Amino acid sequence: MSLNIIVLAKQVPDTRNVGKDAMKEDGTINRAALPAIFNPEDLNALEQALHLKDANPGSTITLLTMGLPRAAEIIREAIYRGADSGIVLTDRVLGGADTLATSYSLAQAVKKFGNYDIILGGRQAIDGDTAQVGPQIAEKLGIPQVTYAEEILDLKDGFVTVKRRLENGVETVKAPLPCVVTVNGSAADCRPRNAMRVQKYKFAVSPSEVAKLTDRQKEIVENRPYLQLQEWGAAFVDADPEQIGFAGSPTKVKSIENVVFTAKESRVLDDDDAAIEDLVKELIANHTIG
Amino acid sequence: MDKNNLIVYCEFEDGKVADVSLELLTKGRQLASKLGVKLEAIVIGDNLDKVEEQLFPYGVDRVYKVSDKRLYPYTTNPHAAVLINLFKEIEPQICLMGATCIGRDLGPRVSSCLHSGLTADCTSLEIGDHKDVKTGKEYTDLLYQIRPAFGGNIVATIVNPECRPQMATVREGVMKKEVFDAAHKGEVVDLDPSKYVSDEDFVVEIIDRHIEKSKINIKNSPIIVAGGYGVGSKENFDLLYDLANTLGAEVGASRAAVDAGFTEHARQIGQTGVTVRPKLYIACGISGQIQHIAGMQDSSIIISINNDPNAPINTIADYVITGNVEDVVPKLIKYYKKNSK
Repeated sequence: MSLNIIVLAKQVPDTRNVGKDAMKEDGTINRAALPAIFNPEDLNALEQALHLKDANPGSTITLLTMGLPRAAEIIREAIYRGADSGIVLTDRVLGGADTLATSYSLAQAVKKFGNYDIILGGRQAIDGDTAQVGPQIAEKLGIPQVTYAEEILDLKDGFVTVKRRLENGVETVKAPLPCVVTVNGSAADCRPRNAMRVQKYKFAVSPSEVAKLTDRQKEIVENRPYLQLQEWGAAFVDADPEQIGFAGSPTKVKSIENVVFTAKESRVLDDDDAAIEDLVKELIANHTIG
Repeated sequence: MDKNNLIVYCEFEDGKVADVSLELLTKGRQLASKLGVKLEAIVIGDNLDKVEEQLFPYGVDRVYKVSDKRLYPYTTNPHAAVLINLFKEIEPQICLMGATCIGRDLGPRVSSCLHSGLTADCTSLEIGDHKDVKTGKEYTDLLYQIRPAFGGNIVATIVNPECRPQMATVREGVMKKEVFDAAHKGEVVDLDPSKYVSDEDFVVEIIDRHIEKSKINIKNSPIIVAGGYGVGSKENFDLLYDLANTLGAEVGASRAAVDAGFTEHARQIGQTGVTVRPKLYIACGISGQIQHIAGMQDSSIIISINNDPNAPINTIADYVITGNVEDVVPKLIKYYKKNSK
């Protein structure tokens, strides 16, 4: 059985390398100032999708991402690893969205996409760590959700069986298709790029990227539809202006503070035997240990 | 029924209300008193007899119970349906949940349906006023949902000015659990499950479930030996277990050490793990990313063992030992054994 698989992914600022200009004055993230990466758990989700495609030849994987036009970068990355195509949902009016407005926008794009069997995505994105968008999209589409997935064990007869990794154990659940499955970082790592695919798809571009190509490259893209990534706007997915972007977000950022910890006056010790024995004696004497 | 109260979704497993739920009731009691509203709790599951006895001491004024065989173990849609339908009736102004696998699965589903705002993983909750800079409209007594963002590099205060309920999740251990009044009594409301859940909600079937009581109890351990990426390997992590066994401590870890596969996720300390407040925290090879420090800074005494004298964690440590973990830890074991008793 061939499947229509949607993988939700996000291009995220690498929060491990955050500089001073990372935030704008209105409290939203200045994405342009940061190195952008493929959200790690979305790669785990992509691997589950590729696994399903391996088991169900003829299946297609479409990456759906919302963000700046440059998010086409992660679509290319996904295609190099085995995805078939991708859509960037990008529009100024979608900016400043909280998780609910984001979920609404993405759910509208899924509806526009139409026929799908399963939607996979990472559990959460490292820039927000909320884990809310997956379940909220499922709710907006009126379909079930399976969160914290570690492995898709089986997919047949209109049902998917999923192993979930919970705080204190594991659970295996069976859900009807279509549904949303969000995948944990503990799931299998994503396979690497395939060199043949990198060659074949290196000029896969979105409409806003075409301008940067040479005339020769433009011609190549024009003649090969598989190199044409899609770019969708809010109007194209019939998004209600009241439910998108900043205005459509019930939560508002009131204030942002940098984290500052109170420094203590530390005693600095050498690692020699005498110093450590003294420390241990002191901790025993004041009943911290022992 | 009176409306506009504060409600806590309580998780219930093996006849016990989860710690995180009791922690939220403790915080919820403070917030409800400040707002002058009732503190309500909802428990959904099976065999809920006398569950209220576990809840009343935390100052709960009203317990909603929804009991049905099919409501345990937890699945998303039936529990979401109960909350959605009940909230339409009782219109709570605030709803709190644990930032657990259940709360983080359930919260977004409910908030999406009710179009209310939800803030995940709050580290602090307060009541305060707000003025919208764009419209100039003023709001009183909103829930400030304070949470780290951006990998813990900033702390954001989030408000939901217009939508209700204001929803927030909080991780276990972030709030302190304290009995409000052991003699406190409230009201019990048994809800008819068939009025809140329909058969169509039971779409996802649990085929198999292995839940183990966690053997790891870092949250309540008075001494924690924690390792970071600087420990270097899974083998070196064994040294930390040796030290922990010697001191009667638990082993914790930073996110980097867990991501590197040195130890299991249940030991992770920090904003995306557990928050701890032990008497003694021994940080081994932990550089001290903000997200880690936020989860252990309230420890009474902090010892940092690091070969980098400028590791950020050293600024909040009481004792800094500049050296390699594999040299220092065996010495701590040796001299503890020599000097104890």
